[in-house]
Amino acid sequence: MSAYIASLVSVIGINMILALGLNIISGFCGQVSLGHAAFYGIGAYTAAYLCKLGVPLPLTLLAGTIMAGAIGIVVGLTSLRVRDDFLAVTTMGIGFVFLGFVRKQKWLGGELGISGIPGSGLDPVVYAGLILLFAAAVIVFSLWLKRSWMGFTFDAVADDEDAARTVGVNVSTYKLTAFGIGTALAGLAGGLYIYFARIILPDTFDFVQSIAILTMVVIGGTGSVWGVVAATIGLTLLPEVSRAAADYRLLIFGAMLMLVMRFSPGGLAGLATMLKRRKAAPKEVP
Amino acid sequence: MLFVELIVKGLVYGCMYAMMAVGLTLVYGLLRILHIAHAGVFALGAYMVVTVANATGSLAAGFLVALVVSALAGMAIYRLAYQPILGHPPFVPMVVSIGLFIVMQEAFRMIFGAYGIAFDTNPWYVATISPGGITFNYVEIAMVIASVVLLLGFGLFAGLTRAGIAWRATVTDPQMATSFGVDPVRVRYLNFMFGSALAGIAGGLVGLLNNYVEPTMGGLVSYKALAIIVLGGLGSVRGTLIASLILGVVESFGTIYLADVFDRDAIGFLFLIVVLMVRPQGLLGRK
Repeated sequence: MSAYIASLVSVIGINMILALGLNIISGFCGQVSLGHAAFYGIGAYTAAYLCKLGVPLPLTLLAGTIMAGAIGIVVGLTSLRVRDDFLAVTTMGIGFVFLGFVRKQKWLGGELGISGIPGSGLDPVVYAGLILLFAAAVIVFSLWLKRSWMGFTFDAVADDEDAARTVGVNVSTYKLTAFGIGTALAGLAGGLYIYFARIILPDTFDFVQSIAILTMVVIGGTGSVWGVVAATIGLTLLPEVSRAAADYRLLIFGAMLMLVMRFSPGGLAGLATMLKRRKAAPKEVP
Repeated sequence: MLFVELIVKGLVYGCMYAMMAVGLTLVYGLLRILHIAHAGVFALGAYMVVTVANATGSLAAGFLVALVVSALAGMAIYRLAYQPILGHPPFVPMVVSIGLFIVMQEAFRMIFGAYGIAFDTNPWYVATISPGGITFNYVEIAMVIASVVLLLGFGLFAGLTRAGIAWRATVTDPQMATSFGVDPVRVRYLNFMFGSALAGIAGGLVGLLNNYVEPTMGGLVSYKALAIIVLGGLGSVRGTLIASLILGVVESFGTIYLADVFDRDAIGFLFLIVVLMVRPQGLLGRK
């Protein structure tokens, strides 16, 4: 595996953890979030700050994960007060508050971010493998979560919050849990990112990044684990495959968002189900 | 003195936010769509003003073109992007709107270049007056006048004319309005036409104010406008106007007193989050 492939695999792994994290919040539990990149940033800044103090890798990752998850739960509290469109704008606001805060903090490097982060001490190829291992664990976890009791309850909350409350589901707890898990995963991705990039800039975690993560989830099919995995791989590789796609990356993302929502709001996963049904249909007709 | 100056300058910005936010509120009130692509219309207006003004030397011609083009663009956005997906849950149109905004922003980058365009001559930018010791340039004055005239005009239109009454009826109860013979599709076109024209004018004025027009200029303003319409209680025009002015003032104080902790753009959202925690339905929204 060359260094190029290793870096590509690392980026795919990190994006996958980010997208699957958002998928738990928006896909499983139905809570819109337009500020996922902020938690990615919180994880990255926490890990980078500790790393520069000499804290070893496993602890920085853990700290980044916990920090993002804890702040995620606090942000999740807003979802108890506001819903749908209000929540979308609020979570978007959290992204700007995070950026606005980080940019003004001298101890976090201000506009210049944190540079000169020591490496992981692992060979880039081995480190890419480690990221992939984490991504695989997140896939397995998502698949398990989806079929667990908690997954069903998330479904109920996503489908009809008031009905879920009526049948005795503690909606608040589940929403906070979804926010906690999803944002903690974003924090983990942030921690993994710093040893790969060795430098972090505030702008890496801006609104465009949040939208890029959302794009992966939406195009894959909100709530579908394999759909999101496929979309993440596809959308990450797209700019690498062709020069034109790299130049017009955002244009392609935007156009895909519009077209997918227009013709298949369920994303790739929805499309797959539709094709399967269409294939199965002739048998049902006598 | 600083105190008064901060309030006044804040209100000037508030007027600009109001022009932007009213269009968003109109769309939300009628269709329940978070119209993020409004930012694209704002930038489109600015580009029309700067290219026409640079080509002909006449700012008035620039604003006239901006008015017409952004109104048409708004109607086209409704027809092509939103109309086909009206029945879907709110998440779908929101994502479409984000996608459309990205496409528009990238299109501006390709057509007009990534580095932005400055005005060849910008007489309003350099001319200033100082009533009561506070210095304004003419662009700021124009911004206040334009927003007051246009919004007042809209208020009269909505209150007094037949079309305005049909519009209000449709916002209040689309089904009832339809059964009384109001064509809801025409109301929607009217809605997008007016809201987008406002955004286009606001874009042109902001372009003059910065003396610079760039592809991403709509982004921050429209994110703040989204915060404003939520703050005002989604769909409430009066709430939106009040929230715009409040946000302008809060920002102008925040940039002085919170400068070491947060940047300007974060302050508005911080304020929004605090307000929503206390009043989840917004300032003037109903539960």
